[in-house]
Amino acid sequence: MAGAAGGRPSVWGIYSSMEYGPAPEGAGPAQAWLETHGRSFGHFVDGKWLKPEGRETASSTNPATGELLATTLQGAPEDVEAAVQAAAKAFEAWSRLPCHARARHLHNMARTIQKHQRLLALLESLDTGKPIGEARDRDLPLVVRHFYHHTGWAQLMGTEMGGWKPLGEYLAQRVRFPRPVLELCACLWNTVVLLPPPRARLSALLLAELGAQAGLPPGVLNVLTGEGALAGGLAAHPGVDAVALAGSVEVGRSLRRATAGRGPRLSLQLGGDTLAIVFDSADLDGAAVGLSNAVSCQRGPAPGAGALLLVQEAVAGALLQRLRARLGKLRVGDPLDKAMDGGALADEAQRGAIEAYVEEARAEGAEIFQAWAALPARGPFYPPTMITGVATTSRCVREEILGPVLVVLSFRTAKEAVALGNNRPSGLAASVWTENLPLAMEVAQSLHVGTVWINGQNLFDAAAGVGGTKESGNGWDGGKEGLYEYVRPSWQSRPRPGPAELDYKTFAASSGAAPPPVPGHSGVARPELEENMPRVDRTYKLYYGGAQKRPEGMASLPVLDPAGNVLAYVADGSAKDIRNAVEAAHKAAPGWGKRAAHARAQVLYYVAENLELRREEVASRLGALTGAPPKEAQREVDLALERLFHWAAFCDKSGGAVQETPLHGTTLQLRQPLGVVGVACPDERPLLSFLSLLAPAVARGNAVVMVPSSRYPLPALDLCQIFDTSDVPGGVVNIVTGNRDHLSRTLAQHQDVHAMWYFGSPQGSQFVEWASAGNLKRTWVSHGAPRRWEDPAQGAGEEFLYQATQCKNIWIPMGEIFAN
Amino acid sequence: MSARNPGTELDLGSISRVQVNQPAVIRHAEQIQARRTVKKDWQAAWLLRAVTCIDLTTLSGDDTPSNIHRLCYKAKHPIREDLLRAMNMHDKGITTAAVCVYPARVADAVKALKAAGCNIPVASVATGFPAAQTSLKNRLEEIRIAVEDGAREIDIVINRTLVLTGQWEGLYEEIRQFRQACGDAHMKTILATGELGSLTNVYKASMVAMMAGSDFIKTSTGKEAVNATLPVGIVMVRAVRDFYWKTGNKVGFKPAGGIRSAKDALTWLVLMKEELGDEWLKPDLFRLGASTLLSDIERQIYHHVTGRYAAYHDLPMA
Repeated sequence: MAGAAGGRPSVWGIYSSMEYGPAPEGAGPAQAWLETHGRSFGHFVDGKWLKPEGRETASSTNPATGELLATTLQGAPEDVEAAVQAAAKAFEAWSRLPCHARARHLHNMARTIQKHQRLLALLESLDTGKPIGEARDRDLPLVVRHFYHHTGWAQLMGTEMGGWKPLGEYLAQRVRFPRPVLELCACLWNTVVLLPPPRARLSALLLAELGAQAGLPPGVLNVLTGEGALAGGLAAHPGVDAVALAGSVEVGRSLRRATAGRGPRLSLQLGGDTLAIVFDSADLDGAAVGLSNAVSCQRGPAPGAGALLLVQEAVAGALLQRLRARLGKLRVGDPLDKAMDGGALADEAQRGAIEAYVEEARAEGAEIFQAWAALPARGPFYPPTMITGVATTSRCVREEILGPVLVVLSFRTAKEAVALGNNRPSGLAASVWTENLPLAMEVAQSLHVGTVWINGQNLFDAAAGVGGTKESGNGWDGGKEGLYEYVRPSWQSRPRPGPAELDYKTFAASSGAAPPPVPGHSGVARPELEENMPRVDRTYKLYYGGAQKRPEGMASLPVLDPAGNVLAYVADGSAKDIRNAVEAAHKAAPGWGKRAAHARAQVLYYVAENLELRREEVASRLGALTGAPPKEAQREVDLALERLFHWAAFCDKSGGAVQETPLHGTTLQLRQPLGVVGVACPDERPLLSFLSLLAPAVARGNAVVMVPSSRYPLPALDLCQIFDTSDVPGGVVNIVTGNRDHLSRTLAQHQDVHAMWYFGSPQGSQFVEWASAGNLKRTWVSHGAPRRWEDPAQGAGEEFLYQATQCKNIWIPMGEIFAN
Repeated sequence: MSARNPGTELDLGSISRVQVNQPAVIRHAEQIQARRTVKKDWQAAWLLRAVTCIDLTTLSGDDTPSNIHRLCYKAKHPIREDLLRAMNMHDKGITTAAVCVYPARVADAVKALKAAGCNIPVASVATGFPAAQTSLKNRLEEIRIAVEDGAREIDIVINRTLVLTGQWEGLYEEIRQFRQACGDAHMKTILATGELGSLTNVYKASMVAMMAGSDFIKTSTGKEAVNATLPVGIVMVRAVRDFYWKTGNKVGFKPAGGIRSAKDALTWLVLMKEELGDEWLKPDLFRLGASTLLSDIERQIYHHVTGRYAAYHDLPMA
């Protein structure tokens, strides 16, 4: 046995070199499963395999070796139809099951997955090139945990999600395991058509089979395979009630545009590499370990994405020294080897794309560190890479690199760190490294991301949702916050607007001003005379930044009474007025968001107090405007007062929760303000609807730009004086009158408006959804369906709270006590 | 042994701001155990390497010349000859790194090793082991006597009182004096980490011990409630690395106490390889303080060679 036989080192050789050896995990069970299916798969529809004739096939290969694993179908539109029909049929019985029955189904699913964890992990590793250790030790336990957690939600849905109901049929299109599966757990209140990503189809198919084995009724979980193009057809299918996507920002945008105005709920989780901020007060070694994990791990919030590191200048040298040492120790290679940190890339194209970023940075004069020693001689692998000496203008900083690349920028102060951290379009997750508690918490609060890990990286659990802000989309998986993606208010039926052919270029592009009656028209009101003295002219202006402003266009629109006579003129607002109002809102939003909850409540109560003082007057003016009988008008004012109380009450009662994750420490959920919200108000109940929309947004710390009903703008304008005298800080409430759709157009297209609520026509709704693709702002639109604002469920439901806030989960590990 | 660590001036500035984040260290420890493994021939080779790093230890009130004698012969023949031969490792000088005993047993151990024709060093614990609650004079004298009796390595134990009350200068001075008393004997400094209260204190004590000229830093006496845990090891080897980066001096590391299984031994080797590099995988910079570990390693080797699990009587006891 002495010496090397056949290249295999002797014990003495190993003893002398102390190299690591191979530690392969046997792929036997996965290969056996593939064999039982003859390495050829159809779709899984209605509880059985569906293999229609004449479809093209695609090959699933092991990216590390090129070995053919199996062929799957390239779905055709008929297959989409079959799957959607199966899901629709299944939904009828599924949605009527008692909560407890659905809980049992999910529980059995969890148990079944648990029994076949090894098989799932092996298949995932084979099919995607992800290291087996990651699939086995992190992904699968998380999947199982999600199913158990959601078993609980299924059981409790009746009590904990009162007022909500399942959406219907769900399409999940997700990029990589375990995401599709996590997605499934929660959306299993609905029935599902899953379209796995082209390069990771097999584990989804196995899952569908396991679902059948676990006794899920046929049609509840369907898996279609096919190219990404199939997603377009699926998403647009009228039978699909909601679409979830985890993918690139560009795919997210195009899906947003494709589904605009069609009515399905859209839940996007897009791209977004990790942000890490390391302060001079950090445990630098801890940070270096966390960051090297983030680089090698393919299972960050966005699988396979790199990370942007912001390091305080004073410790940059010390941290980079540690990072170089650590990245150099990472092992990249055979995904089935149990001792690998990184596996294979999807293909050569991915390597090419990474290479392009790195080379561009090198050409810009950046310093590139690459741990080539870690790499196998052949195969689609890329070394752990660190890029330093770049600036915010570099492409590798602005864009997300799908690969093991860490890009480093330095900062001087905490304020600058937050500014740099928020100076990027994505907002999925960030880690903050410091031993200074006040600093850690302040930075965690200030970053515009969905998840913050303090002194940690890539911590996940089913009890804490994962989602994003800004261009990372606003879809959430996990936790109670994730449930809202899959439900709608009980009273509401799915809006089914006819898909309109809308010319997005011209829709509401101008205010279309000057409908009659115009000056010279007989219906025009003149100042009344009282004892030969004319009344003083009342001019309604715009209201923003805490002051009344004349419109930039210096034009007015008439407001008619029920008889068709001009009751007043209001300002005809334009894009420039919206611009000014948004600017004013931005100035006010940060301060208002930070204002103590009690103080915000006090302001709303004060508004109510002052409205009460003018109750009679407001009611009579409302009656004159809308023709409502005095009693009715009185009632609307009273309801509006109640709404103010309702949302003032919520100011200090819905700021978040503690998530019960396995973390030794605290996982804190904050429900934070969105920032600046544009609100286009409906014509019905003009006073009540205006305040019903304004109050929850403002109560939860947002600044709003309100576009009142075009037909009935006066009640909103009458409130300006009340806002002025009720300590509402300037810029928190801004009101721009004019053509609703024209003003909404500017708001929906504004890149710096964080959410757009639109209550108006189906066409306007469609435009708002379409235009929101620009910055992927959150939208809440009516699709032309009116609501009964006087009904508390419709006019003040939990839906409003959900729409007025965004979640952030902050993971705060604890532990210092040690031994004695 | 590699070049000895001459130590440096006490530099409190460089360690005063260090904060060790315990949760991050614990996660790292879990990850090291999950992410690396060695199998088959690699496992056998690594285990043999672990054997050569063992300070085979007995520190009991009932130690007598006879069990010291047995221990020394086991140190000379840690793995059954036929098992080594099957791996062609019988002529590679596989012995443990040292034997480690109480000062009063040093002479017995020196005598037994001489009789066995074995040149491995005798290490003696000293300085009021394990509590260090005796006078400095006594503690210094204990070192000198152990060295006179033939100990070539001294495992001193630090004064925890000085750490817990923040007297880093005092600690530095004491260890300096111990080092002087050791003379040519190599000095391993036991931090008794289970009694230091925090990982940050573990880091600081490690740095002060190295500045004061320790050749090794060692986790525990084996008598504290918490001994050689991986998180403690991570913090100490980071200190070793920082000291090396700062001064160019290589200091060894010795986990001791509670290391009983072959798997534990492999984990410690992985830690050294990952954090410090291959140089720290040899007995001049790495030791494992253990008494029962060896028998588990021998059992694993037995299984590797024969494919069978060994009975108690298949392997000679220490």
